[in-house]
Amino acid sequence: MNFSAVRAIYLFEMARTWRTLLQSVVSPVISTSLYFVVFGAAIGSRISEIQGVSYGTFIVPGLVMLSVLTQSISNASFGIYFPKFVGTIYEVLSAPVSYVEIVLGYVGAAATKSVILGLIILGTAGLFVPLHIHHPLWMLAFLVLTAVTFSLFGFIIGIWADNFEKLQAIPLLVVTPLTFLGGSFYSVNMLPSPWRTITLFNPVVYLISGFRWSFYEISDVSPAVSVGITFGFLAVCMIVVWWIFKTGYRLKN
Amino acid sequence: MQPIISVSNLTKTYASGFKALNGINLDIQRGEIFALLGPNGAGKTTLISIICGIANLSAGKVEVGGHDINADYRVARSLIGLVPQELHTDAFESVWATVSFSRGLFGKPKNPAHIEKVLKDLSLWDKKDNKIITLSGGMKRRVMIAKALSHEPQILFLDEPTAGVDVELRKGMWEVVRQLRENGVTVILTTHYIEEAEEMADRIGVINKGEIILVEEKAKLMQKLGRKQLKLHLQGRLDTLPATLAPYHLELTEDGKELIYTYDTQSERTGITTLLSDLRDADIRFKDLSTTQSSLEEIFVNLVRTGA
Ligand SMILES: Nc1ncnc2c1ncn2[C@@H]1O[C@H](COP(=O)(O)OP(=O)(O)O)[C@@H](O)[C@H]1O
Ligand SMILES: [Mg+2]
Repeated sequence: MNFSAVRAIYLFEMARTWRTLLQSVVSPVISTSLYFVVFGAAIGSRISEIQGVSYGTFIVPGLVMLSVLTQSISNASFGIYFPKFVGTIYEVLSAPVSYVEIVLGYVGAAATKSVILGLIILGTAGLFVPLHIHHPLWMLAFLVLTAVTFSLFGFIIGIWADNFEKLQAIPLLVVTPLTFLGGSFYSVNMLPSPWRTITLFNPVVYLISGFRWSFYEISDVSPAVSVGITFGFLAVCMIVVWWIFKTGYRLKN
Repeated sequence: MQPIISVSNLTKTYASGFKALNGINLDIQRGEIFALLGPNGAGKTTLISIICGIANLSAGKVEVGGHDINADYRVARSLIGLVPQELHTDAFESVWATVSFSRGLFGKPKNPAHIEKVLKDLSLWDKKDNKIITLSGGMKRRVMIAKALSHEPQILFLDEPTAGVDVELRKGMWEVVRQLRENGVTVILTTHYIEEAEEMADRIGVINKGEIILVEEKAKLMQKLGRKQLKLHLQGRLDTLPATLAPYHLELTEDGKELIYTYDTQSERTGITTLLSDLRDADIRFKDLSTTQSSLEEIFVNLVRTGA
């Protein structure tokens, strides 16, 4: 194992975050605060409790997941797309590193950023509503698992994309709708019956439900199913990455 | 001695179906400077990309230091430093950071003293804290060399190192390469400047249309293919050549003032002595004479033309 290479890539990526601190951290914090103002304070005051939790409190896990998901994908996809775009990827390809090491470096850094960001958003939320986390370790586990899984997914998008439109397309056209329809702002049980069934095909529902369970012990689906689905998606991403490096898809001629 | 790079029957067909390399066989000896000479599109960059792991090969085998580049890629790649043809650099990192990154990527423990030496050798030391984006093109090229040398490779690939570089920088680059060879580094450079190959290389390989046409020691190549021309500047003008001089295949310039005799430096008898006495017999007088040796450029153009 070439740990020195993993470390080099990881630190390089983290350094990029510090340089773009404003984009990386400040803007998600601002947008989360806006959600609280709009949904929590303005609209939430007119909605009664959901499953015994005030509406403002109810949306916190969903909001954190929303940011972690989108930021994981955008960080990781950009992290690998950019060197491909400017050509500096040649160095990584010519270095004595295995694909596992490359993935650990890039995805590790992207996931780290997302976890830090998720915690910052959680802190921000704590300023608006009282928070009580029932299972902090599970909460952290869900956070890390989601960050890793979707960073890996973003990594795949970054390799697949050969222009900026494609890089933006998947997050914009697929991920954002799925997250908004994934129960961030409502309980799936509140939906009328055909929609409820349809929603269960949305993997994000399971992520948010599991994450919310770690906070309030309320969930739309069983937490075990949530963990299972997330691991399943992680496994699919891993297989795709393995295939990418085996064939050199979009990386090597 | 075992070659440090051994390429056998290497073929590369791009996804487009284009065959960029066609059965390349090439051995590079340890410690030499090898120039790969060929026109644009000959396949130089493709060959280098495969050896360095940036492109996949379609058929054949490549060994670096005795290690297969696919089965044993870790060892093979750790021996190589690559400076690609295009200027691909980071933008916002400092020179120091980007060069240190390269060393880490190649799995070498930190060694600030080595990086300092590399930067000093390449006259980049006073720029070490500058962001790369602020550097000139020539300096960026040197940053890329510094990155390639950061992990102390035994082999350095320079893909068209002086393309688009001004004369002074080019001379500087040649100096760097000579220094590297003194330190035992094997250098493989590609170029389409004949001058560069002529100036620096120990051996020259000529590649055209994906095939190696010839590999030869530079001196031998010059000798083997180098023909000399003897130019006689006549005292008067000559309209036609006397029949007695026909065996020499002389060439008379249009203005009738010069006679050109082409001869082979390798042959036992160049024929110069008899030519001069036959000229005297024909009463042709000259006021001056000069000889010129054909340059690598002419040799090259000839080769590519006949090889095509
Ligand atoms: N990715 C690619 N797909 C298809 N053809 C390519 C690709 N890269 C290079 N070629 C072609 O292969 C040939 C050799 O290119 P290259 O190795 O860059 O030549 P050189 O470096 O000698 O100028 C050229 O005809 C070029 O157009
Ligand atoms: Mg080239």
